[in-house]
Amino acid sequence: MEIIMSVLAGILFTTGIYNLLQKQMLRIIIGTALISHGAHLFILTMGKLKRGAPPILDDAISEYADPLPQALILTSIVISFGVTSLLLVLAYRASKENGTDNMEKLRGSENDE
Amino acid sequence: MLFAVFLPVLLAIFIPYLSKWKENIHTGFFVLLAPLAIFIYFIFSIGNGFDPVWQKYQWIPSLNIGFDFYLDGLSLLFVLLISGIGTLVTLYSIYYLDKSERLDQFYVYLLLFMTAMFGVVLSDNVYVLYTFWELTSISSFLLIGYWNHREGSRYGAMKSMLITVFGGLSMLGGFILLHLVTGTTSIQEMIAQADVILQSDYFAAIFAFVLLGAFTKSAQFPFHIWLPDAMEAPTPVSAYLHSATMVKAGIFLVARFTPIFSGDEWFFVIVSGVGILTLCWASYMAVRQTDLKGILAFSTVSQLGMIMAMLGFGTKTAIYAAVFHILNHATFKGSLFMVAGIVDHESGTRDIRKLGGLATLMPISATLAFFGTFSMAGVPLPFLNGFYSKEKFFTAATELPETSIWLAELLQQAIPYLAVFGSIFTFVYSMYFVFGTFTGHKQLEKLPAKPHEAPIGMLLSPMILVLGVVVIGLFPNMVNSTFLAHTAEAIYGKPVETHIKFWHGWITPLFMSIAVVVFGAILAYTRKGWQGIYTFLPGKLSFNKAYDFIVDQLEKSSARITNRYMNGSLRRYMVLILTAILIGAFSTLWITDGFALDTSDIASVTIHEVVVAVAMAIAAISTIFTRNKIAAILILGVVGYGLSLLFVLYRAPDLALTQLVVETITVALFLLCFYHLPNLREQTELASQKFTNVAISVGFGVLMTTVAISAHSTKGFETISDYFLEKSYKLGGGDNVVNVILVDMRGLDTLFEIVVLGIAALGIYALIKLRNKKGAEK
Repeated sequence: MEIIMSVLAGILFTTGIYNLLQKQMLRIIIGTALISHGAHLFILTMGKLKRGAPPILDDAISEYADPLPQALILTSIVISFGVTSLLLVLAYRASKENGTDNMEKLRGSENDE
Repeated sequence: MLFAVFLPVLLAIFIPYLSKWKENIHTGFFVLLAPLAIFIYFIFSIGNGFDPVWQKYQWIPSLNIGFDFYLDGLSLLFVLLISGIGTLVTLYSIYYLDKSERLDQFYVYLLLFMTAMFGVVLSDNVYVLYTFWELTSISSFLLIGYWNHREGSRYGAMKSMLITVFGGLSMLGGFILLHLVTGTTSIQEMIAQADVILQSDYFAAIFAFVLLGAFTKSAQFPFHIWLPDAMEAPTPVSAYLHSATMVKAGIFLVARFTPIFSGDEWFFVIVSGVGILTLCWASYMAVRQTDLKGILAFSTVSQLGMIMAMLGFGTKTAIYAAVFHILNHATFKGSLFMVAGIVDHESGTRDIRKLGGLATLMPISATLAFFGTFSMAGVPLPFLNGFYSKEKFFTAATELPETSIWLAELLQQAIPYLAVFGSIFTFVYSMYFVFGTFTGHKQLEKLPAKPHEAPIGMLLSPMILVLGVVVIGLFPNMVNSTFLAHTAEAIYGKPVETHIKFWHGWITPLFMSIAVVVFGAILAYTRKGWQGIYTFLPGKLSFNKAYDFIVDQLEKSSARITNRYMNGSLRRYMVLILTAILIGAFSTLWITDGFALDTSDIASVTIHEVVVAVAMAIAAISTIFTRNKIAAILILGVVGYGLSLLFVLYRAPDLALTQLVVETITVALFLLCFYHLPNLREQTELASQKFTNVAISVGFGVLMTTVAISAHSTKGFETISDYFLEKSYKLGGGDNVVNVILVDMRGLDTLFEIVVLGIAALGIYALIKLRNKKGAEK
C-alpha cells in the first residue's frame, strides 16, 4: 500500500508543480495547495500505514498507529491553510490593483519607478 | 618606532579641531610638526656603524600578526624620504592651498597617508605590511579625488583605486602563500628560508602575485595608466605621493624581496624586462604630453621603470645605482612637481602650448627648473646628482651577469641599447619641459592670470630639494658610505663598497652619456619635425582605451548576464530552482546508489483505498486540463476530501477532522475569491515551454515517489513514538496521544502555529483594509 501512496504523492507533486509553472495566479495557488496535499500524504506514508488502532489510548489495545507524523501533519495543515488563504487574498488584491492576474505581466524590477 | 609610525594619525585626530582656527593660522603649520619630528628622530640613525633595529609590538598574537618594525638601511632610506619630503610638501602646501579650501580634510588624508607609508616601509610582518599598503591606496584615492566636484578627479581616483587594489589583493595572495610555505609571517625570517621558498611548488604563484602588487603600485607597464590620471590631484599630492613616495612602494617591495626572488633566473627577465620596457615606453610617451604634470607623470613612470630594471639586474653596481637613483629621483622630481605647481598657480594654466618665456618673469622658478630637469636628463655636469645615477645605470647595463636562459641572453644584449634609447627620450622631454615653459615667445594674452614670481614660502621647498640635488651632486660620497651603502647591503645581502667619482675616464658609459646628450639635443631641437610619429605609434592605440573598454565591458556583460537569467518571470525562477533540485537530487541518488525497494514490511492493499487514491489522482490531473475556474476549485476540493478519507482509513481521526474542516474553508475561500479573478484562460504558451513544464513536473513527481519508496524501504532507526504512547497518560494526562503531543510534548510547535495563523489573519485584514493612496493613483 505504501508504494501506491508514494505514487499518489508523486502524482500530487507533479500536478502541483505543473500548475505552479503556469501564468495565472489562481492556477499557482491551486498548485501550492496540491503540493501541500502531496507533502502531507508523503509524511503520513513515511510512518507505517495501517499498523494498529488510532492513537487513542485504550486498555484493550496494544498496537497503535504512529502518533508523531500525525501531530506533524496536523501542524502542517494549519500552517498551509494560513498561507493558502493569505495567498488567495493577495492574488485577489494584486489582480484588482494591477488589472491582470497574469504573472508574466506582473513583472517589475527595482529599477522601475 | 611604533609611536613614530602612528604619530601622523594621532595628529590627524586633532586636525578638524585645529582647522577651526585656519583663518588665523594655516592648518598646515600644525601638520608640519609630525614629519619634521620623525625626520629628526630617524636622521640620527645614519652613520657608519649602523645596525638594523627590530622592534615588536603585539597586535593579534594568536595569528602571529604584530606590529613588528624592522629598520635596516632600506627602510631608513624610505623613512627619511617620506618624512623629509613630507615636511617639504607640507610646507609647500601651506602656500599652495588657499585657506578657503577644505584644509582639514586635505591634511587628515595626508597624515593618514604618511602613517600608511611609514608602516609599509617599516613593517616586518607581511600582513601588517599589507594593511598599511591598502591604507596607502585608500588615502591616495582620497587625495586624488580631493577636488571631488571635478569629473576628472573622480575618474582618476577610481582608476588608481581599481588598479592598485587589484595589485594589492594579488600581493595578499602572494603573502598568504609565503606564510603557508615558510610558516612565519616575518619577512626577515622568510629571507632566512629563501631556499625553502625557491624550491616550493608555489614559488611561481608567489613570485607572480607579489610582483603584480609591486608593478601595479609602482605604475609599471602596462599598469602605468593610472598615474597620469592621478595628476588631477592637488600638486603637493602629486609631488609627494606620485613622484617620491607611494609609487616607490612597489620598488620597495621588490627590493625587500630581492634576497628571496633573485635566486630565481626569471627574476632578471621579468623585473628587468618590465622595467626597461616601462622606461622606454613612458619616456617616449612623455614627449607627447601637453600638460606639465602629464610630462612629469610619464617621466616618473619611466624613472621608476629604470629603477625597477636596475633591481632586476641584481649586480652590485646595479643595486647601488638603484638606491642612489631612488634618492636622486625623489629630490629632483619633487622639486619639478613643485615648480610645475608654481607655474600653474601663478599663470593659471599647465598647458605647455600656452606657456613660454616665463624665465624673465619667474627667474627663481626657472632656475630651479633648470637644475631639476638637467639632473633628470642626466646631463654630465658635476653638480647634478642625476648624472651619477644615470652613469651608474649605464655601467650596470653593460655589466650584466651570466645567464643560461635564452630569453635572458636576448634581453641582455638589448638592454644597453634600450637604456640609451630611453635616456635619449628622457633628455628630450626634460628639455621640452624646461625650454617650453621658460624660454621662447611670451604668450601672456593666452594666460588666465598675469604671471609673476611666487612667494618665498612656496619657493622654499623646491629650493631645499634643488639644494639637495646640488649637494649630492658635488659631494656624492657624503651619502655614500654612511647611508646608501647600508641600503644596498640590505638588498644585496653582502656589504657593498662603492666609490662615486665624477670622472671615470674614457669608458663605455661615458660614451653612452655623450650619445644621449648629442642625440637628445638633436631630437629636442627638431621635435616639431618628428612629432608626427605619434600619430602612427601609438596613434589611436592606447592603454587607457583598453582599460576603459575592459571596465565598460565588465559592467555591460555583468548586466547582460544578470538580465538574461533574472528576467522577472516567476516561471523562469521556478524552472531554475526546480531544475537545480532535480539535478542535485537525482545525481546524488545515482552516485550513492540510493534507490532501494523492499516490499517485506508493507501494508496490505485494499480495494477502497485504491478507489480513493485513483479518484484523487484523476482529480489532481484534471485540475490541469479544466478551463473553468469553478470546476478547478471543486476538483481541488475532491483531492482534499479524498485526502481526509485517506486519513480516516489510515487511523488518523484528528487529521481527518482537521483536513475536512480546513478543506471546506479553503474551498469556500477559493469560491469567495474566484468571483474577482478572471476565468482560466486557454494557455497560450510555446510548445517548448509546455514541454519544459511537463518534463520538470513529471521529473519532480518521479523524484518524490522514488525518494518515498527508497526511504520507506530502508531500515532506519526505530520510531520514538513508543515513548509518546507509553507516557501520554502518565505525563500528559490524556488518552488522545496526538493531542497530547501537540499541546504537551511539543507544545512549542503549536504555539507558533497559532502565531502563523494570527499573522495570516492580520495580513489578510491589512490587505483588504489598507489602501495606499499613492499606489492606487499609480
